[in-house]
Amino acid sequence: MADEPQVIEMAETDIIASVYTLGGVTDQIAGVVQTKHTPIFWIGCFFAGFTLLMMFFASATMLMVKGVGIWGIRMPVMWGFAITNFVWWIGIGHAGTLISAILLLLNQSWRNSINRFAEAMTLCAVACAGQFPLLHMGRPWLFYWMIPYPNSMGVEPNFRSPLVWDVFAVTTYLIVSLLFWYTGMIPDLGTMRDRAKNTIAKYVYGILAMGWRGSARHWSIYETACLLLAGMSTPLVLSVHTIVSFDFTIAIVPGWHSTFFPPYFVAGAIYSGFAMVLVLAIPIRAAYGLKGLITDRHLENCAKIMLATGLIVAYAYVMETFMAWYSGNAFEQQAFWNRMTGPYATSYWFLVFCNIGSLQLLWFKKFRTTPILLFISSIVVLVGMWLERFMIIVGSLAQDFVPSSWGLFHATRWDWATLLGSIGLFIVLFFLFVRALPMISIFEVRTLLPQARVREDTRA
Amino acid sequence: MNKPGIYGVMAEFDSPTALVNATRAVYSHGYKKVDAYTPFPIEELSDILHLHENKLPLIVTLAGIAGGISGYLLQYYITVIYFPLNIGGRPLHSWPSYMIVTFELTILFGCLATFLGMLALCGLPMPYHPVFNVPRFETASRDRFFLCIEATDPLFDRLTTYGFLQTLQAQEVSEVAH
Repeated sequence: MADEPQVIEMAETDIIASVYTLGGVTDQIAGVVQTKHTPIFWIGCFFAGFTLLMMFFASATMLMVKGVGIWGIRMPVMWGFAITNFVWWIGIGHAGTLISAILLLLNQSWRNSINRFAEAMTLCAVACAGQFPLLHMGRPWLFYWMIPYPNSMGVEPNFRSPLVWDVFAVTTYLIVSLLFWYTGMIPDLGTMRDRAKNTIAKYVYGILAMGWRGSARHWSIYETACLLLAGMSTPLVLSVHTIVSFDFTIAIVPGWHSTFFPPYFVAGAIYSGFAMVLVLAIPIRAAYGLKGLITDRHLENCAKIMLATGLIVAYAYVMETFMAWYSGNAFEQQAFWNRMTGPYATSYWFLVFCNIGSLQLLWFKKFRTTPILLFISSIVVLVGMWLERFMIIVGSLAQDFVPSSWGLFHATRWDWATLLGSIGLFIVLFFLFVRALPMISIFEVRTLLPQARVREDTRA
Repeated sequence: MNKPGIYGVMAEFDSPTALVNATRAVYSHGYKKVDAYTPFPIEELSDILHLHENKLPLIVTLAGIAGGISGYLLQYYITVIYFPLNIGGRPLHSWPSYMIVTFELTILFGCLATFLGMLALCGLPMPYHPVFNVPRFETASRDRFFLCIEATDPLFDRLTTYGFLQTLQAQEVSEVAH
């Protein structure tokens, strides 16, 4: 017991490079934003994203002019790309909340230098996810019909439907993520305000910081608030993808109607989310010289979480196939047989390769500590997770009970334009965040420094 | 008593250890209207200033309960009284289906109360505060540590308090103008 604090202290000093001082971390993180110099990397990424965003606007406009028929959704596959993209994006968001809430409760202080941008990633991903159910409605301007309110039509939502639960879950998730992200940023906005030279920037950061002055009384209330938000976000994040999976499990379609979807979806969500964290962190830390703050150890830890959640996903693939066989249900068996050998067999085997095959490389430390390989494998995982959702949605809807009602889904160019366009929306939002706000939590990184520790022996 | 129109006296320190030691000295000397300003939370300060208790958990609990109840009643009112729908012969009051929205609204109300409650308890947003008049106070959000004895403290005396803070290994002691 006696050397336990020593062990923790050693582990903590390892998290970020030892050359930093309190002022040094402040300058480095705030310097990314408070500078006239915008790196070529930022400009390049932003304009790539912006181009794709224009494509998103074009396809959304086209959709409103002509209707949802421009997508490949035809009976019986009415969910197509829209719901696939929705589930994929909302899953990606989950890693941000996991890092900021669950790892905070577990006292994993290595998270301190990645939680801020992971939370921003959550917000951007939820914003992208939200587009798809809205566009899929065909008349997005009537979205408020999903919310129960007194209206002259005299109708109300059916609270027994998982689609209504989804509205509540996703809206709550968006609001809570926004609050958590903003609350976590208030002290850093104070730092930005105090450092700003430009009058307009000083006013804007000043208004956003709301007069934060770092008072000990405030810090004590603030830390309680962060713990409470973390404590409530933890069950929330697990519930959101659980409820998304209810969209499928509550229905009786073969391949959907099973009880293990909630944990399977949550694990898949965290798996793809950590892949997205790595896809963002690896180029950004290289471009902004933040390797001392987002170290190889952070990447390795993310890779380990990917390995753990990826294995849960692999187990779910095996189990759902086993259960289909073991259930003795002819429709369930046929659905899985169609998945593996039917018209979407290529997608199925490719997703098995992406999600389970490529995952096995993460067992090797050499692979986990080589950023470029992690970057590539994370993209492979993101593709794999998208295919998984495509497989579940399109594969099951295309071939359900009666062969006479089967029909295949063919994606149109507008399907692809909307998917790629949503990636553009994500990139634009995320890079605006990187340019305007501190992407690493400055005050939490300060607490990791040896200078931040109070030494009890030196009395005044 | 020498109590002119100032907010208090503030001392600047260059390390958290110096600040914690000074705060301990100031507090044991009998000053109670004391606040420290730091660039990151320091656990020891909460111990010395007895800041561990606050009302936020209570506010959040009440708001969470209110959220859960209103979520449940909203669904009960709509599905049983206002807009009854027969879905596959299930009872109108089908409570298992209500659990999800009840849960989500519990969390939503709780989180909104956490955020608003934190702001209310901290007295934020506050567009103006006298401590910002201290030169170099902008380093309190960077790498410096400040301790302020406020003029409303019964023991406060402009000269003796100033002198007392100077004995505490402060880098600099200054008066805080209103």
